[in-house]
Amino acid sequence: MDIILNIQNLCKTYQSGGRTLTVLNDINFAIEAGSTMSIVGPSGSGKTTLLGLCAGLDRSSSGIVELNHIRLDNLSEDQRAHVRNQYVGFIFQNFQLLPTLTALENVMVPLELRGERNIRPRALELLDKVGLADRGHHYPAQLSGGEQQRVSLARAFSNSPKILFADEPTGNLDAETSEKVVKLLFDLNKEAGTTLVLVTHDLELASKTQRIIRIKGGSVIADKLTNPESTEHAGV
Amino acid sequence: MPEFNQLQTDQPKGSVNFSWLLLMAWRDSRRNRSRLFLFISSIILGIAALVAIYSFEYNLKKDIDSQAKSLLGADLVIETNKAVKPEARPVLNSLGEARSEERGFASMIYFPKNGGTRLVNVRALSGDYPYYGDIETSPEAASRSFRNNREALVDKTLMLQFDAKTGDSIQVGELKFRIAGVLNKAPGQTSFSASVAPIVYIPLSYLEETGLLQKGSRITYNFYYRFSRDTDIDKLVKKLEPRLEKLELDYETIESRKENTGRSFEDLTGFLALVGFIALLLGCIGVASAIHIYIREKINTIAILRCLGAGSGQAFMIYMIQIAGIGLLGSVIGALLGTLIQQFLPIVLKDFLPVEITVVISWLAIAQGILIGLVISILFALLPLVSVRNISPLNTLRISLQETSLFKDPLKWLIYGIIVLFVFGFTYLQVGSLKKTVFFTGGVVTGFVTLAALAYAMMWLTRRYFPSSWSYLWRQGFANLFRPNNQTLILVVSIGLGTAFICTLFFVQDILINRVTLSSSKNQPNMVLFDIQSSQKQAVNELTRSMNLPVLQEVPIVNMRMTEIKGRNYADYKKDSVAWGAMRGLEREYRVTYRDSLSDSEKLVDGVWTGKAEPGKPVYVSLEDGYAKRIGVKVGDELMFNVQGAPLKAIVGSTRKVDWNRIQTNFILIFPAGVLEEAPQFHVLLTQVPSNEISARYQQAVVRNFPNISMIDLGLVLSVLDEILDKMGFVVRFMAAFSIITGLIVLIASVLISKYQRIRESVLLRTIGASRKQILAITALEYFFLGALATGAGIILALLASWGLARFNFETSFTPDLLPVLLLFLLISSLTVLIGLFNSRSVLNRPPLEVLRSEV
Repeated sequence: MDIILNIQNLCKTYQSGGRTLTVLNDINFAIEAGSTMSIVGPSGSGKTTLLGLCAGLDRSSSGIVELNHIRLDNLSEDQRAHVRNQYVGFIFQNFQLLPTLTALENVMVPLELRGERNIRPRALELLDKVGLADRGHHYPAQLSGGEQQRVSLARAFSNSPKILFADEPTGNLDAETSEKVVKLLFDLNKEAGTTLVLVTHDLELASKTQRIIRIKGGSVIADKLTNPESTEHAGV
Repeated sequence: MPEFNQLQTDQPKGSVNFSWLLLMAWRDSRRNRSRLFLFISSIILGIAALVAIYSFEYNLKKDIDSQAKSLLGADLVIETNKAVKPEARPVLNSLGEARSEERGFASMIYFPKNGGTRLVNVRALSGDYPYYGDIETSPEAASRSFRNNREALVDKTLMLQFDAKTGDSIQVGELKFRIAGVLNKAPGQTSFSASVAPIVYIPLSYLEETGLLQKGSRITYNFYYRFSRDTDIDKLVKKLEPRLEKLELDYETIESRKENTGRSFEDLTGFLALVGFIALLLGCIGVASAIHIYIREKINTIAILRCLGAGSGQAFMIYMIQIAGIGLLGSVIGALLGTLIQQFLPIVLKDFLPVEITVVISWLAIAQGILIGLVISILFALLPLVSVRNISPLNTLRISLQETSLFKDPLKWLIYGIIVLFVFGFTYLQVGSLKKTVFFTGGVVTGFVTLAALAYAMMWLTRRYFPSSWSYLWRQGFANLFRPNNQTLILVVSIGLGTAFICTLFFVQDILINRVTLSSSKNQPNMVLFDIQSSQKQAVNELTRSMNLPVLQEVPIVNMRMTEIKGRNYADYKKDSVAWGAMRGLEREYRVTYRDSLSDSEKLVDGVWTGKAEPGKPVYVSLEDGYAKRIGVKVGDELMFNVQGAPLKAIVGSTRKVDWNRIQTNFILIFPAGVLEEAPQFHVLLTQVPSNEISARYQQAVVRNFPNISMIDLGLVLSVLDEILDKMGFVVRFMAAFSIITGLIVLIASVLISKYQRIRESVLLRTIGASRKQILAITALEYFFLGALATGAGIILALLASWGLARFNFETSFTPDLLPVLLLFLLISSLTVLIGLFNSRSVLNRPPLEVLRSEV
């Protein structure tokens, strides 16, 4: 299988109050294209930092991050932005929709950034898939949390990413809404054949992916495959 | 493995173009337009002021061009302030197809009806001058008829002052004239110049009989010419120039008058434009601070865009377009407002204008205003805007180990540099002098830096010496001065600068008035008699003493010209392009005295004072220090003088520092006793009259007995000066109003913006049970502290600036009147509190959740 994300000897340190703070230490793993994976761990374990580095939002202190065979650690911030626009989709815990854009415009932005034309039908189709066809002209502030996360899902899939990073996608939602959003996420992922990397501390959610990497204190302490049922969701 | 470069060429089906950036800028501004407009509204008045002044300047130029002929009243004027040489007469009488002659001098006139006397500018005229335009009189026919009879035209302010009517008489010298009419306006005269030196026209044919033409009298000779239409005047004067120069005659043509008038108004409009520019700069500070806060609120939006793949340049451009758009809108509104305001400028400035102003819309001024507004709003907005490039997409995640800093960017220093360059360039274009430009730019930069430093110092001090024992409400209000998202810096700079500007204007006006009032106070001379002939000296002295008035000073004055400096004459220096000072020194006439000692207003700087010249030895003269430097001479240098025909060689024996502020006769050049005693001379007498009544009686007595003697009543000078200062003060206040109102807008905008900073906190306090009264108290205290600090800083700056001006520029002491300053302090501080409270009303009157939903 083709490797979409390859992490080797990844380290991340920060300088804080004159001391060096190691957040991630010697992380190694690779993800096959089209698979699903969770990164789990307690608060402060470094999982969100790891997600930021994998998605090219930040630069590592040392080690290699290869996304779709492109080494991100050699690229400038603008070059990484270009990579994100081409290959990456995001879902955030707090939705991160642009507040001054309507739902439809939020979905269109990644495609507009690519310079694509006639994108409105595709954006409308995606909104329809997440059940918000009639809310396209609403602003984020006029939508509920669940609705905002569904717009966020539509936006994440709008540029047909090769890999989707989801950071605590249900962290701000109630149980019922979470269930609906998770189902939608896995359904869309299955349909698009996208690689999914999920950061969560919700083990039940993590168990829906094919593989779970557990980190603690900035190091990987476990990396194992989950039960075969989960593959159904992951589409493998 | 695909390389990044390959990726770039592979992928995009189209490219992100400018239209998308425009679209995103539009979309992003949707919920912020009113706020953005508020930010930019602070530059509107600055632009309005500039456009109004530029429009006025262009209209003035156009009107000077179209009315230049009537300004001069002739095609050519030949003038001199020395007696016309006989050999000049043939030249003067051969020019033009029509000629007029005028002699002008200062003299007392006497109104026999009520005994009034006043020093005026007498113009004795022959011929049909003016050939273009009119001497405006009531009745109209008087401007022509007075020339044929023993009649005079008397300035309207004099007529009013002495309650005179047409048909009454005035005495000029020894002759009485019937008043033929009221002089409303002489060619090229402004009402300003009329109040300083009111004009009285008499026919030239009667001048001799007045007995005012005595040796030593200072007379200006003007010869006016009209030429046939096909004469090329410029060509003619070029040809005449060497002869005129030889005959010591100057000339003026319509073209040169146009240039001179235009140039003097360039200075005025340049100054006014700078005052407008200060308003604009003040507004720009408001823009910069508002955009800073705006961008801080946009960090998350920018981070999301970056996450989705927007480049740093694209994110930057989205906000740049917003600022440019709103800057353009603000500039256009400012330009429209300026076009409206320019209708009022001719009214404000009418006393200073020699021409009638026709107000038309100046598209050039509008374009200039819009361009300046656009450039400067972008420049100042760039300061916070460059930070957009550094906003990391990581801000979308919950990790924020490294705080996004909007401050530390080396590019900002470059922008500061460009702003200073812009200010420098703009100022230079207005004032045209490198020195003045450096002073102005330096002053502005110092003002900003000092206020910013004061703001930082205040923040540090409040933090360092925080009053922990105060009650919670006071502590909360006080702590808001230095807590994150505080408004201390911006408010101290903007309100401080506005206050400093207003206060400095006030102080300078005060200094000027004080200086004049001081000069006219008791025990100081307040009446000056000049043009006293040597034969009259004794009699005038006796008359003065007989009225129980003191003779405080009696000084002989000899008129002379300098013909050579260090052995070189005017023609020699003219070849030398850097000897401008020496040339000026050789051009002018000197009024010189001689005495054997220094006066108490003089101090020797260099050389040795020689009080008495010894026969057969060189004559050592003393020069005023600054003047000696200007004409480039020092102790030991040789000078050659022409004392009304007689050559006289002298050596610079000493240089002196002179206190020109004293009301007494002061001189650039002093001869020792024993040289000039026999030269043609007149005398000046200084006395002190205790009341207006005695002053009037004394003047009448002098004018009746010695009609040739002129008198300056310093009381009258003071009231004229007061009037002039009042008129000038009105113009300056009119322009300063732009800065003051801009300061208020910046204040309102800053306080409104700070609402967004404080709203969450206030709502949170409300949620956990703070009462309406408590929130009100915290807000009021915060804004009171801010307003008081900002106004205080501004006043301190104004005090420093005014002290500097008083000490070094006006060379006088500075004792500010603190009551109005205190009132201003209270006014601006209270205004800040009121605006702050007004803005907080939404938090106070509505449920917390509703506020959060609608405002945040």
